[in-house]
Amino acid sequence: MPDPQKNPLLSGREYIGVDKIDGPLIFVRQTHPVGYRDLIECVDGQGRVRLGIVLESSTNAVVVQVFEGTSGLTLPGTRIRFSGEPLTISVSKEMLGRVFNGLGQPIDGGPPQRSDVELDVNGMAINPTARQYPRDFIQTGISVIDGMNTLIRGQKLPIFSGNGLPHNELAAQIARQAKIRGTNTEFAVVFAAMGVKHDVAQFFVHSFEESGVLDNVALFLSLADDPSIERLITPRTALTLAEHLAFNEDMHVLVIMTDMTNYCESLREISTIRGEIPSRKGYPGYLYSDLAELYERSGMIKGHEGSITLLPILTMPNDDISHPVPDLSGYITEGQIVFEREMDGRGIYPPVAGLPSLSRLMKDGIGEGMTREDHPHLASQLFAAYSYVKDVRNLASVIGEEELTPLDHNYLEFGMQFEQNFVSQRMDEDRSVEQTLDLGWEVLRTLPVEELHRITDEEIEKYYGS
Amino acid sequence: MSDRIIGQVKRVNGPVIEVMGITDAEMFELVRVGKENLIGELIKLQKDSAVVQVYEDTTGIAPYDPVYGAGMQLSVELGPGMIGTIYDGIQRPLEAIRELSAIYIERGIAVPSLEREKRWHFVPSVSDGQQVSGGMVLGTVQETENLVHKILVPPSDSGVLKSVVAEGDYTVEETIAVLLLEDGTEKPLHLMQRWPIRVQRPTRKRLPLDIPLVTGQRVIDALFPVAKGGTVAIPGGFGTGKTMTQQAVAKWCDADLIVYIGCGERGNEISDVLTEFPELIDPRTGRSLMERTILIANTSNMPVSAREASIYTGITMAEYFRDQGYHVAIMADSTSRWAEALRELSGRMEEMPAEEGFPAYLPTKIAEFYERAGSMESLSGAHGSVSIIGAVSPPGGDFSEPVTQHTKRFIRCFWALDRNLANARHYPAISWLDSYSEYLNDLVPWWEQQAGPEWFADRTEIMELLHKEVRLQQVVKLVGPDALPDTQRFILEVCTLFKNAFLQQNAYDKIDAYSTVQKQAKMLHIIVTYWQRGSEAIKGGATLVKLRKMKVYQDIVKMKFSVANDDLSGLDKIEARLERAMDQLEALHA
Ligand SMILES: Nc1ncnc2c1ncn2[C@@H]1O[C@H](COP(=O)(O)OP(=O)(O)OP(=O)(O)O)[C@@H](O)[C@H]1O
Ligand SMILES: [Mg+2]
Repeated sequence: MPDPQKNPLLSGREYIGVDKIDGPLIFVRQTHPVGYRDLIECVDGQGRVRLGIVLESSTNAVVVQVFEGTSGLTLPGTRIRFSGEPLTISVSKEMLGRVFNGLGQPIDGGPPQRSDVELDVNGMAINPTARQYPRDFIQTGISVIDGMNTLIRGQKLPIFSGNGLPHNELAAQIARQAKIRGTNTEFAVVFAAMGVKHDVAQFFVHSFEESGVLDNVALFLSLADDPSIERLITPRTALTLAEHLAFNEDMHVLVIMTDMTNYCESLREISTIRGEIPSRKGYPGYLYSDLAELYERSGMIKGHEGSITLLPILTMPNDDISHPVPDLSGYITEGQIVFEREMDGRGIYPPVAGLPSLSRLMKDGIGEGMTREDHPHLASQLFAAYSYVKDVRNLASVIGEEELTPLDHNYLEFGMQFEQNFVSQRMDEDRSVEQTLDLGWEVLRTLPVEELHRITDEEIEKYYGS
Repeated sequence: MSDRIIGQVKRVNGPVIEVMGITDAEMFELVRVGKENLIGELIKLQKDSAVVQVYEDTTGIAPYDPVYGAGMQLSVELGPGMIGTIYDGIQRPLEAIRELSAIYIERGIAVPSLEREKRWHFVPSVSDGQQVSGGMVLGTVQETENLVHKILVPPSDSGVLKSVVAEGDYTVEETIAVLLLEDGTEKPLHLMQRWPIRVQRPTRKRLPLDIPLVTGQRVIDALFPVAKGGTVAIPGGFGTGKTMTQQAVAKWCDADLIVYIGCGERGNEISDVLTEFPELIDPRTGRSLMERTILIANTSNMPVSAREASIYTGITMAEYFRDQGYHVAIMADSTSRWAEALRELSGRMEEMPAEEGFPAYLPTKIAEFYERAGSMESLSGAHGSVSIIGAVSPPGGDFSEPVTQHTKRFIRCFWALDRNLANARHYPAISWLDSYSEYLNDLVPWWEQQAGPEWFADRTEIMELLHKEVRLQQVVKLVGPDALPDTQRFILEVCTLFKNAFLQQNAYDKIDAYSTVQKQAKMLHIIVTYWQRGSEAIKGGATLVKLRKMKVYQDIVKMKFSVANDDLSGLDKIEARLERAMDQLEALHA
């Protein structure tokens, strides 16, 4: 049987006029057999070409999704071409230092991007046996991260933030300061913006410019006034470049994706238009798998030098961590840095909530030979003590501070010092991990030694002093 | 394969494909779709059309693509070579796939589940002319140092053995015996057999569940024990410790074999197991833990329909070893992702949804899965068991959602993870208030025999204290601890001690990672003694401060780290010291 799909005559065939347009979706009847998820080109009355993909294909109709939106299209005047291939982008190292839209087309006025390497933007699932378990400590110079929620090369660690909180500042600071100790390998940064405002994108560009790393950054921008559907492809395009840099070019790549909440909203939009059965809060049931397809593209691979460290940023609607977007993200990522509005209100930067934040890969990346031998127990003790502080503060708010025991007063003092001296730091302050750990001991000294259950006697002798 | 065309693609919607022009096809038949031969399963038949769920990414599949039928149901291969192997959700060996397609899992790769070339040393235990029936042992293969793989007659076959090979080395496909079936036909038997994953393997009868699956995790064994053949759910929000708990159980429990199913979870967790397990030594056998583990990894980014199949693949393998008389424990992480796969497939088939978009048959499917657990007498009279420990990932950590609620109906042991405990880094964050075990009473005789007659009384006493503590804490929250008399404040003290010294268990610490039953019982007894004698002392006039400043108190706090499992004399010393200190205290106030 001839293969109608790969037949160049058929795949070059253009369909003039479509049957229905609904939001970003176009319905075309009576086509030749069209492959699921194949790339399409949609040409409007003015001859402008927009890209899209096939969302559903059947013997009587094809549903396509147009990334650049459908505004201005008419039913009779729209022409569709099916490529017979999935959506690919061409990738190369030269893309660093450039700015692209969500589909990977340059928007910085520079020449079009050409390369021999064409990759499917959807990527493929990494064989779990090919993964190298990540364990290299990244020093971010930020105490609450390095000390208590350590970032590891190849980790996916999101920032759960809220509107108006300094997540961009923190992400930019991490991108500026991140280093692997004892090496001078630089991180290449791949930055994907989904539905954020122009000034947010500008903020990052400035920050990269000021620290002189802009040449090492590729930006993929799909901003608030771009068609919302483009946000669905933006992180995929960005991650495709990241994979190329990491696993073909042996580079260490830091991917910053912001704002995942906007991405998820676009996904909800499409799902609603298609009439799918929603799960929670109108989000489609496959949101988890869809996010996993993105987040799981980070990591390290056996026998390859490079790595992808993923730092997604998401704003929690209403600061609600149980909202589907942070909730499902938390179920996929390897921990989370959670911001607390109340700490921000008290002027603490970064306003990282002590208890809900977590780095799951920390355990194998800290301690002797990696950071310092006292690190694991110190971190554990700081968590335990800070958790008790929260209880004491609650109690104090009911019975009054005067009624507290002397020990509880010690804890209040510890909590204060911990937040003011350990967590809080300047946006341009780059602390070494030793400084961070020493600071940790300094604040622990507000507590009597009997309280330090999680620390060994030797460590107490060496670091706590008498 | 002798695949025949059974129809053509009519519509593609993600992993769900409608097929038209069906001529002959059977329900649950294994099929291949399109030029790339993507693996799928026929899950609905209606007149001349069918629905197929495809276990690989369907990008590029188009209408009119051919659909081939394999003439058999989606099955697993059972035989030597499974142990220590890592498979995807439909039993494709991932290491072998990596040799063919490097980093990524390419589509349409066909690799047999069991290695075809390898020869296994088979020792027959039957002879020509012998009458055999389904499930009987034909002979053995020493698969690992500690596991004798028993080669069984397929469950549905019986007859007379026409011939049996001599002891020697055979591949899984070579004939090792010829069976003359009752209808007169001859059937060659191999080291390998196939079994459809959605069908429970038959057994003779269910046995009572009265032996614990000892996990070495104190909060589990001492407070909420599970029986061999039992069912457990571990629900908890993200990051509360489901995976850590399952890994700890997989490492240290006293099962003969572990089937670990990573169902829709992280790739790095699988890689963690793959790096860690081969290095860890099973305390009971002295061999690497990987030698008793089968891994199934269908991570969150792998095709969602294979995720749906993965738990059936896992449980079928477990049943096969159960039928050989082994105790198998299954970890399924996470059953919620499996339920979501069901939901997604159901949605794409445009079925009527029930709660939160889940199909109405969700509870039936959950029940069917957990019903495959049990302690059984096999067809050959051997005693084996399958225990299921399933993680549940409730959205927003809210246990009232459908998957948690329905699971609760079909399991008998519930280890509820608590967000507040996890946030306070109290690990394992298993709540002593919300968890329960319905096996407890049946396991008491075993415990008392192993760990002495006090065990149950001690456990009851400490549970009572933990419940009293809740009420006392409510008072404290209103008026502060000073308002309580010392006798009651002492309860708070003892509970704090119990949580720190007993319930918290550091999975990363060499000594603390697991505790033997004897160590657990002794530790529990020391804490209960501290409580009993301490409250006597308070009644006699001693102060709380005095009790707390006892030197032995610090020993008790650190005993989990200081006393190793293989030498518990340290605990006896602590107990003696405790008794002496209490004597002195009493003498002071006499
Ligand atoms: N017993 C334990 N000992 C030490 N640390 C633990 C223990 N249990 C949990 N943790 C800590 O909590 C983190 C999260 O645990 P885990 O990965 O098991 O959570 P989870 O419930 O499986 O989350 P998810 O649903 O997102 O997969 C671990 O990375 C570890 O840091
Ligand atoms: Mg988990």
